[in-house]
Amino acid sequence: MYTTEMDKKAADAGLAQNDAEDPAKVARFEERVAADEFIEPNDWMPEAYRKTLVRQISQHAHSEIVGMLPEGNWLTRAPSLARKAILLAKIQDEAGHGLYLYCAAETLGTSRQEMIEALHSGKAKYSTIFNYPTLTWADIGAIGWLVDGAAIMNQVPLQRTSYGPYARAMVRICKEESFHQRQGFDLLLQLVNGTPEQKAMAQDALGRWWWPSLMMFGPPDDQSPNTARSMRWRIKRETNDELRQRFVDATVPQAELLGLKVPDPDLTWNEERGHYDFGEIDWAEFYAVVRGDGPLAKERLKARRDAWDQGAWVREAADAYEAKQAQRSLAA
Amino acid sequence: MSRDWPLWEVFVRPRGGLEHRHVGSVHAPDAEMAVRHARDTYTRRMEGVSLWVVRSNDITASDPDRSAEMFEPAESKIYRHPTFYDLPDAVKHM
Ligand SMILES: [Fe+2]
Ligand SMILES: [Fe+2]
Repeated sequence: MYTTEMDKKAADAGLAQNDAEDPAKVARFEERVAADEFIEPNDWMPEAYRKTLVRQISQHAHSEIVGMLPEGNWLTRAPSLARKAILLAKIQDEAGHGLYLYCAAETLGTSRQEMIEALHSGKAKYSTIFNYPTLTWADIGAIGWLVDGAAIMNQVPLQRTSYGPYARAMVRICKEESFHQRQGFDLLLQLVNGTPEQKAMAQDALGRWWWPSLMMFGPPDDQSPNTARSMRWRIKRETNDELRQRFVDATVPQAELLGLKVPDPDLTWNEERGHYDFGEIDWAEFYAVVRGDGPLAKERLKARRDAWDQGAWVREAADAYEAKQAQRSLAA
Repeated sequence: MSRDWPLWEVFVRPRGGLEHRHVGSVHAPDAEMAVRHARDTYTRRMEGVSLWVVRSNDITASDPDRSAEMFEPAESKIYRHPTFYDLPDAVKHM
């Protein structure tokens, strides 16, 4: 009782109780989050807070898991043993991130099985960025630098998110992400200092990954209806547009350092604002990819389901071994 | 697998001389597999020299709704702290 394994009955009882949403409890909850207190698994919380978190954390977990696929694609083709080892380590980290986050979501009363099924049936969403193809080796550099870079911008403030298990998972994840971004930048640095073809490859990768990376921060604030409530509940700590701006400001000088051109004719330093101004994002494309129109959406899910199905014998063997051991210890 | 494997809480001793600390949880069919999963999930960067796993359901925890009556009595007992005692400056090494 009261630990992190949610027994289903207790969770259901909790839900029934929450249906009424006792105003005194709601007020007490609002007071606690406003005072930056952490909410823990068995504390009372409004149903909408629980639902928002389950959705956000499980989507985040799915993104870590699906995110392994475009990189896994390149494991056997990495150009050196060192790059293979680095890429393998990064992919293994992403699996770990998925696991930390699934565990955090489970403390809210959902099960691992439900989440995996939602992902495999196509019901659950994951970050649209992983529905773009990785065409060349330079894409692996661009993913580390830009995609992990954008993820870090998003995740750093989440270390202080109001739900304790989510915040703790984010602390662990942030510690590991920095290596992901740096290995990507390092890879591109090597390419831009290589042959003209290699430099062109790096430029091409930046050209294709720049805008999708900016979209990772989500819709603009005025089209993001739940932002205000999530900010009040300290689920979100900064708005999509604030984080996007911070990412642009940090990344443009890095592109300059690589000698690469950001594919945005409107990009200019705004002395007065102390920030870069940048061009309009093509949100029609974003929503198309969210709807699963991305070139790779089907292939990603198929790869996920195949991995799950092909691993079934391992899970079955582990179950059989456990049953045999249990029987032996009974007999002894 | 028709249902999830049981949940195990994972504790890591960062290095000799320190206590094991809770770091998270893993699903596993048995304790042996839980230790293996815990190793891959929580100690990829020399985070520890020893692991404990314990079935989450075997932990008995205090009830969060009663934490006030549980912990508040200690709040008023400030004489349990050394700073409660205002001693003359002449007293050294105490
Ligand atoms: Fe990650
Ligand atoms: Fe990462």
